[in-house]
Amino acid sequence: MSRINSFAELEKLRQEIKGKRDSNKPCITLCSGTACHTSASESVNEALERELDRQGLKGEIGLRRTGCHGFCEKGPLVVIYPEETCYINVQPEDAAEIVQGVKEKKIIERLLYSDPVTGEKIVHESEIPFYKNQQRLVFGPNRWIDPESIEDYLYIGGYSALSKALSQMTPDQVLEEIKKANLRGRGGGGFPAGRKWEETKNAPGEPKYVIVNCDEGDPGAYMDRSLMEGNPHSVIEGLIIGAYAIGSHEGFVYVRQEYPLAVENLYIALEQAEEYGFLGENILGSGFNFRVKVHRGAGAFVSGESSALMTAIEGKAGEPRMKYIHMSQRGYKEKPSCLNNVETWATVPFIINKGSDWFNSIGTEGSKGTKIFSLVGKVNNTGLVEVPMGMTLRQIIYDIGGGIPKGRKFKGVQTGGPSGGIIPERYLDTPIDFDELTKIGSMMGSGGMIVMDEDTCMVDMARYFVDFCCEESCGKCIPCREGLRVLSGILTNICEGEGKEEELQTLERVAEVMKDASLCALGATAANPVLTTLRYFRDEYEAHIKDKRCPAKVCKNLIDYYIDPEKCEACMICLRNCPTGAIQGGKNLVHWIEQDKCIKCGICYQVCPERFSAVEKLSGGPVPAPVPGREVVRKKE
Amino acid sequence: MEKLITLKIDGKDVKAREGMTVLEAAKEVGIEIPTLCYHEKLEPYGACRICCVEVEKGGRTQVIASCGYPVEEGMKIKTRSERIDQIRKTIIELIAPSLSDGGVVGKVRELADEYGADTSMFMSTFKATPTRCILCGQCVRYCSEVVAANAIGFVGRGVERRVVFLPERASRFCPTCRECYEVCPTGKIAAETDGSIFPEFSIDDFLSGKM
Amino acid sequence: MIGISGIVNKIVDKYQGDRDMLIQVLLDVQSGLGWLPKEVLTEVSKQLGTPLTCVYQVATYYKAFSLAPRGQHLVRICMGTACQVRGSPLIRDRVQQLLGIEPGETSPDMKFSFETVNCLGCCAKGPVIMVDDAYYGPLGVSDVDKVLEKYG
Repeated sequence: MSRINSFAELEKLRQEIKGKRDSNKPCITLCSGTACHTSASESVNEALERELDRQGLKGEIGLRRTGCHGFCEKGPLVVIYPEETCYINVQPEDAAEIVQGVKEKKIIERLLYSDPVTGEKIVHESEIPFYKNQQRLVFGPNRWIDPESIEDYLYIGGYSALSKALSQMTPDQVLEEIKKANLRGRGGGGFPAGRKWEETKNAPGEPKYVIVNCDEGDPGAYMDRSLMEGNPHSVIEGLIIGAYAIGSHEGFVYVRQEYPLAVENLYIALEQAEEYGFLGENILGSGFNFRVKVHRGAGAFVSGESSALMTAIEGKAGEPRMKYIHMSQRGYKEKPSCLNNVETWATVPFIINKGSDWFNSIGTEGSKGTKIFSLVGKVNNTGLVEVPMGMTLRQIIYDIGGGIPKGRKFKGVQTGGPSGGIIPERYLDTPIDFDELTKIGSMMGSGGMIVMDEDTCMVDMARYFVDFCCEESCGKCIPCREGLRVLSGILTNICEGEGKEEELQTLERVAEVMKDASLCALGATAANPVLTTLRYFRDEYEAHIKDKRCPAKVCKNLIDYYIDPEKCEACMICLRNCPTGAIQGGKNLVHWIEQDKCIKCGICYQVCPERFSAVEKLSGGPVPAPVPGREVVRKKE
Repeated sequence: MEKLITLKIDGKDVKAREGMTVLEAAKEVGIEIPTLCYHEKLEPYGACRICCVEVEKGGRTQVIASCGYPVEEGMKIKTRSERIDQIRKTIIELIAPSLSDGGVVGKVRELADEYGADTSMFMSTFKATPTRCILCGQCVRYCSEVVAANAIGFVGRGVERRVVFLPERASRFCPTCRECYEVCPTGKIAAETDGSIFPEFSIDDFLSGKM
Repeated sequence: MIGISGIVNKIVDKYQGDRDMLIQVLLDVQSGLGWLPKEVLTEVSKQLGTPLTCVYQVATYYKAFSLAPRGQHLVRICMGTACQVRGSPLIRDRVQQLLGIEPGETSPDMKFSFETVNCLGCCAKGPVIMVDDAYYGPLGVSDVDKVLEKYG
């Protein structure tokens, strides 16, 4: 492939690609994001390939491995084009039938999604409730392209925004467009991207740098991973446009090494972009030069903080530094540096192509555009969802997410990662908006949205986040390092039944000092989960401290496992699986747990057949004495 | 002609040179803001946070570390207040458990007395072995920035962060130097040597889990 | 160790001796050797011209690096929020019971190393563990035995 040297050549190539492809030709697309990898999409791919070969259909039916479609709960996902027929939970054994189905234009009913309420089978991907209520602007293209194919990206219009920017707009005009679009950073801070670009552009000093933050560290969030895995070119294109606007000729991508597929696909995309002439010297004949280097992270959440990231790409330990002078003034090697999140960069080409007015027509007054969220935890339809700003939490969790599984009751939804808070039921009608979420004590964050139900202990969750920050703290400053140690100690005491009432005041005092005096945002916001759970779920703290009771029955020291003799059918399953031999009883003899030997591993609770549900968790009271030797009166099935 | 910035510190009118930090500007007019990790020969580090002050600008008040904050026209600084005192008191209380071996001495003792810190406040949640180190980094930074020997450095992260010597470097440079003994605010370095040319806590101790 | 300077040299050359690439160099070295022996760190310091204190700081700061030999199989458990809410602590405890080691340790027979990871990014399939390059999830407590048995 020879370099594209002009805008006209690019359009010519695009037309050629389009000309070679028949949009009516059947194509089997297979979601190949990492989550689907864990459900064997690799084997499905092999099976489909073998089948196409065996049936001699390789030339007539296409097979494309695409990026993540977002409906991770139901993966591996297969979508047949041009009909857009969607099959869920596909296994390798289904390959033959699928290929046959495509050949004969027949739909395989059993592989379709069925509405959990009506039982109705839905054929087309976009009609599935999970997708119907989304607005998949930035994430949507994942389903049409093979991330290893730049030509797929060109086919759907890729690099046309770059072409437009370089050929029809000056750098200042590009900057104005991004400013007018009111694009706020998608990494958590929500800082206006246009303003950051402008500060970098106007800051004295050369060279200037543009950087992609793909150090997505909020536990429970994987939007950036899936974007980088599934559509790396969209990020690269946005980055080049930004570099042009700012006057930068060198860029970096900082990507977590824990995302091997994202790293691999990024390298492939960069190589192709260079080969085709979108990177390097004299891009598309515009005279603009730009190169990109990749830095892999090595396992440090705090290295995603802007000053820490700059330090890491200088080859040092990625710990934050005092940031009173913005990175846009003095960042990487003390030069003006513009750091934005993956999703922010990926949104740029859309704004350039469709205009800031269009972007402003989506979302709320203070938060424009769409946002990708990772909707996970205790929710039926877990996955990645993209919605316009302004949609409510309730709509996302229930209309898209399908509500709480197994008929359990909603308790809270966590947003903003370790810097955010857990939002209780009464705020479910809060619209997704940077400022609205901050008002109720949480924040938008990078997009993690973890749903929790009545079986989630809020004190345990507060402890979880504090322990996370404790492990990830760089340790440089005293308020964060030592403050988190104290918070962790107190919360652990409470979870283990050793908590004291006055410790709650200590928590608040230490949290206040951390907020005021920490060096960076990790320390300053690490106490948020504690403060919000105290604000909204204080009763759970009181129960742990005063009654030595865990209402959600999670905290090991405060719960006991108990087999209800009325429900036990003496099936021996729990008895056989107990790792310490704590379960006594036998065939036809009711089982009971010897509490001294019980290590609270939870295996008996998990393996007891659902129709018996004889194993219970008790908390805050004595365990009824067992009645050994009692025979089971088997209920007739 | 150097640009002069006008600001107020504790009600006093101050004229400072552009590029000065609040800490430096305060010092010039005789206002001493306490510090634990600051050294005039070293780049400001921002680890101890003891030098935190309140700054009011544009109607908003924030807490900032004066050792690293550049002076700005019209800013109003308060070096003492209920909020600042609470911060300094709590910081001393937070590091006290790490120092319990050698006791709270020197500058840390002075600050504990001045701000009424209860040094046993956080003993119960401190489950590690006291290190007598507050990780201010003066020794590490001095050895790197001033002496350029790089014989002592940071390892680990978070509560596992430690300062260690590298024996192969230390044996070359330390015998004729030992300047870090003076800069250490807790006296740990001087205390933890049995007369040998450099103190006992080395990278090998860290890697073998002894620290 | 034989050949250490050669191994390091090849990787340092790949990055044109650029000091900024220290972390990348260490990642590549570790992916070849499985861990970072002391001699390697000294060699990297020498060849990049970076102070040894900085090399040690980086090698001990980042979780991905191991300064002790690792076991044949690396078991990693995701401690992300979604996995937490779905019961990962019970999974972690079970792995600990079965392997007899805590996170961060390697079994005495050098068969297994066990680590926690702060989010693998497979949140919809939680709780998730990885053994070498293979992902397993969603896991129930009783599934752990079967997974580990596959590796002996």
